[in-house]
Amino acid sequence: MIAHSIFFYTFSLIAIVSAIMVTASKNTVHSVFFLILDFISISCLFIMIGAEFLGMIMLIVYVGAVAVLFLFVVMMLNVAQQKNQWFASKDSSKHIPVGLIISTLIFVEIIIVIGGWKYKPEIFDINNSLTQVTVTNTHSLGQILYTDYIHVFQISGMILLVAMIGAIVLTFRQRAGVKRQSYIKQISRERVEGVEVLEVETNKGIRIDD
Amino acid sequence: MEYLSIVFEEVYKILFLLVPVLVSVAMIVWLDRRVWAFVQKRQGPNVVGPFGLLQSLADALKYIFKEMIIPSSSNKVIFILAPIVTMTLALIAWAVIPFGATQVLADINVGILYLFAVSSLGVYGIIMGGWASNSKYPFLGAIRSAAQMVSYEVSIGVIIINVLLCVGSLNLNDIVIAQQNMWFVIPLFPMFVIFFISALAETNRPPFDLPEAEAELVAGYQTEYSGMMYAMFWLGEYANILLMCAMGAVLFLGGWLSPLEIYPFTLVPGVMWLILKILLLFFLFALVKAIVPRYRYDQLMRLGWKVFLPFSLIWVVLTASYLFYFNLLPVN
Repeated sequence: MIAHSIFFYTFSLIAIVSAIMVTASKNTVHSVFFLILDFISISCLFIMIGAEFLGMIMLIVYVGAVAVLFLFVVMMLNVAQQKNQWFASKDSSKHIPVGLIISTLIFVEIIIVIGGWKYKPEIFDINNSLTQVTVTNTHSLGQILYTDYIHVFQISGMILLVAMIGAIVLTFRQRAGVKRQSYIKQISRERVEGVEVLEVETNKGIRIDD
Repeated sequence: MEYLSIVFEEVYKILFLLVPVLVSVAMIVWLDRRVWAFVQKRQGPNVVGPFGLLQSLADALKYIFKEMIIPSSSNKVIFILAPIVTMTLALIAWAVIPFGATQVLADINVGILYLFAVSSLGVYGIIMGGWASNSKYPFLGAIRSAAQMVSYEVSIGVIIINVLLCVGSLNLNDIVIAQQNMWFVIPLFPMFVIFFISALAETNRPPFDLPEAEAELVAGYQTEYSGMMYAMFWLGEYANILLMCAMGAVLFLGGWLSPLEIYPFTLVPGVMWLILKILLLFFLFALVKAIVPRYRYDQLMRLGWKVFLPFSLIWVVLTASYLFYFNLLPVN
């Protein structure tokens, strides 16, 4: 039990410190690295409470894919220039009230959620039924997601699909004058079409650009 | 004291796994160079030790005694962290590989997801190294590899779903045992081929070695590295290749199962069968390196997104419908 709590406090400490460092560090790339560290320690916490499927999916989706794309975008920015402009100017303090309001709202929401869980446990009877079943939590998640909540699950999938298609449509542009390769055309070219042997008369030459 | 003894036992088990893995990584580099040389009618490394077997050890010794150069304009912490991340990620994944029915370090429920997660984290070593070097060629290499590895991970994920549909469990030992009657390479042969090619791309092997294409990018993300840090990148890369081979062996070639359950085959322990299968896959990796020219970058992206992803998705639908129609879905 002691080892368990040591691990718990280590991971939570790393999670909290790195979450603070995401906002506090001046280099944006460092922020993304701290965000990744945060994701990893949160997924360790998930694994510690026995939700190994969620923990692994968190690693695969957030760390393996989403954060790579974050890093991809942030690395392209000119970090040094941005650092000088943003942190040296007085613009940054204008956003503090807005940030405070939003963070207070989120804090209140979290308190309401935790309060509901603490004082009305019968709302979460699904939670209880999950723990009684002896199958692995991948199986139990599947049994709930694909039976009781199939419509919600499908709709959330559709929303993601619509968002993806929307992003593609918004950024898609067709440029004129771009030569595209057609693999079938390239492969199916015969020698007869490409090469022509001609007799060239001396001192007369031949026109090739027609 | 009881706690300490448990810790010592675990450390002993981990060392018992990691030391052979590291030695075989060194050997596999020699094998790779040898196969490569024989395809091109050369001799390859054959001077140090019998058949040149100790060449990799000699190389490693040389790297250890070389000076580690850290560029003055680099981001030093991340620069040093990058090879460590690559090496660590390549080694921790071995914890879940089953070498026998009971010979596995961590027999976890979500073994295959763990393998997939660790292999998708592998891209960070490369991105960190490329960005922290603060130099053009490493940066270009890092950007290329980020895009490449993210793309091919998607198709590997879909291929894993194909296998999981036939097994009904995420545990690697269950996946091996499900292949007792027939290895998955037979019913899912197209998926095996796509997995093999995606594994080449995921480990930055030729013909997909664009992140380190020496003709364009010097050495890609490794350009600024030297000495021990370079050696760690190099070891991590080969450990990753071995890991992908092991993953292919477990998913498609029946892991530690023997090919036939008859007398002379059953004498050989399961570990040997797994090692043989890994070596077979690695031999194919080495052959591909020797005989295939490098892809162009847009062709690489087209292959990943427009060929492999739709094809493996269609195969998921086919597998699922077949299993459903003939009532073969693994339900427990």
